[in-house]
Amino acid sequence: MLLEVSGVSVTFDGFRAINDLSIAIGEPELRAVIGPNGAGKTTFMDIVTGKTRPDEGRVRWTSHGIDLLKMSESAIARAGIGRKFQKPTVFEEQSVRDNLSMALKNRRDPFSVLFWRIAAADHARILELAEEIGLSNRLADRAGALSHGQKQWLEIGMLLAQDPRLLLVDEPAAGMTPSERAHTTDLLRRAARTRAVVVIEHDMEFVRRLDCRVSVLHEGSVLAEGTIDHVTRNQQVIDVYLGR
Amino acid sequence: MTDIITGDPLPAPPPRRSFLRHNRAALWFMALLSLFTLVVTLLSEAVGTGLISTSLVKILGMTLCLCLVAVAMDVVWGYCGILSLGHFAFFGLGGYAVGMWLMYARAEIIIRDSLATAEIPPTEAEVADAVGSQIFGVVGSSELPALWAFAHSLPVQLAMVVLAPGLLALVFGWLAFRSRVTGVYLSILTQAMTLALSLYLFQNDSGLRGNNGLSGLQNIPGHLETPQAVIAMWFFWGSALALALGYVLFAWILSDKFGSVIRAIRDNEARVRFLGYHVESYKLFVFTLTAVISGIAGALYYPQAGIINPAEIAPIASIYLAVWVAIGGRGRLYGAVLGAAVVSLLSSWLTGGGAPDINLGFYVIEWTEWWLVLLGVGFVAVTLFFPRGIGGLFDHFAKER
Repeated sequence: MLLEVSGVSVTFDGFRAINDLSIAIGEPELRAVIGPNGAGKTTFMDIVTGKTRPDEGRVRWTSHGIDLLKMSESAIARAGIGRKFQKPTVFEEQSVRDNLSMALKNRRDPFSVLFWRIAAADHARILELAEEIGLSNRLADRAGALSHGQKQWLEIGMLLAQDPRLLLVDEPAAGMTPSERAHTTDLLRRAARTRAVVVIEHDMEFVRRLDCRVSVLHEGSVLAEGTIDHVTRNQQVIDVYLGR
Repeated sequence: MTDIITGDPLPAPPPRRSFLRHNRAALWFMALLSLFTLVVTLLSEAVGTGLISTSLVKILGMTLCLCLVAVAMDVVWGYCGILSLGHFAFFGLGGYAVGMWLMYARAEIIIRDSLATAEIPPTEAEVADAVGSQIFGVVGSSELPALWAFAHSLPVQLAMVVLAPGLLALVFGWLAFRSRVTGVYLSILTQAMTLALSLYLFQNDSGLRGNNGLSGLQNIPGHLETPQAVIAMWFFWGSALALALGYVLFAWILSDKFGSVIRAIRDNEARVRFLGYHVESYKLFVFTLTAVISGIAGALYYPQAGIINPAEIAPIASIYLAVWVAIGGRGRLYGAVLGAAVVSLLSSWLTGGGAPDINLGFYVIEWTEWWLVLLGVGFVAVTLFFPRGIGGLFDHFAKER
């Protein structure tokens, strides 16, 4: 297993956001995480990426069993876990090129970055990524000038630039047109050939198109897991989520 | 160059941009600063026609130092988003470090001269004692505190110009940033730091002459016979050189990926963490480097001012620094220079009695009193109507062309 979350619980002001959650992700794998609002989907990502510390439980990374709970956010990111937020967060004041360049897998300590100068390989990688996310002719533009969907893509491009082993993607298709959604599905499926990708999504159609294993979260733990057809037939899932 | 797998030629990287050619603002700045230095030199009493008095040369040289500390403030605030309200503490520490040597060495020369006529030549201990009571008589003490152990050594004190502010910033920044103190809380903490330092220095037993501070700093040991006009010129050139080098250093740091990362930290530091950058290290780097440059600026400023005392590093000084940068335009280095130069020169003109009072018939506006009101109104007006500051005017011109 690449990522193994076991028995994790977290409480915010008495509200139990995650309740004895256990979930395991292999490599490569594409996994969708669905569930009603407040089910703990985003909190799950917060825990894996180090933003939130759980009250109990374990989060192990790779077959070496590295304890992610002891690492800082930046160390977790360097270990190979990339994250895309629900609301697209790119650096709007800076160019698309600079956004991608910052995300490129290079050394991250201040002194290396201070003396970093773009190499041919970096440049080629930026062009390749820009091609993949459809922003080839926007490289010099301010990221803030992009449309909502383009910002989503730029963020996915930044995620790919990091070359992570695990991608955590929170609602990638929000605010996208149908054709943009199809493109995003392709991108995620392609990425999942060589690495683990976990997608949080509300849109069942989108999840169906991802055609992957689905985990349904409810009140902070996994309610059901399996193919999309399997989980949508599950009576509990229908009661708490689909039926509404 | 070919891609190993596909055999397609790799796209050529963008041509390596020469840093200065790419950075036109820095080039313009250097040209204007050189021109300014040349004009002042040609009109000075020491070298030129004498149209510019020595006291004005000193004011201009001091202004260049203030511009340098403002540039440092702009980097830490305008680019990295840390509103430090304590950078004048570092400026003051630089001044104290060099001031200690200036005072000590000059006192030593005076003592040796006066004891030279004595029948028995003085021992080293006698000289040190005499220097101690010469410097510390004013606070009722005659012993040199341990802090002054290396005051006789110019190299050590020059090292302290860099080390004292650098170490303070390193320790303070490390404690503050690792606890993730940000925003207004960090600003308050930096105010507390400079306040604590200034209150400590106000004490007579602080080892730095309490509220008397260090004085007579305009007299340079070894050049006591040299006219002040010449010394003023040297410091003016030194200040101009320091400003130029500091400006280029910061422009270079900000020009590539490092600049990208620290601007990203300003705009969304949590996101930068998830990209794998250790945000605290970057903040600490910027905070410490700007503190060191501020210290150097202070070390050049106070020999021109002639005196330094704890009031110089009172919290208000650091707040003024932020005001200069805001008025000049945050996030552009020349903006900080403009803000510091315009506001501080205007301040010395209006409060130095240079500006005529305005008689409204029923009330006379005396600028020495009304200057702060003008500054306050100006600050509010800039914040509300010209958030980009004076520097923003350049964008306006650039757009029209």
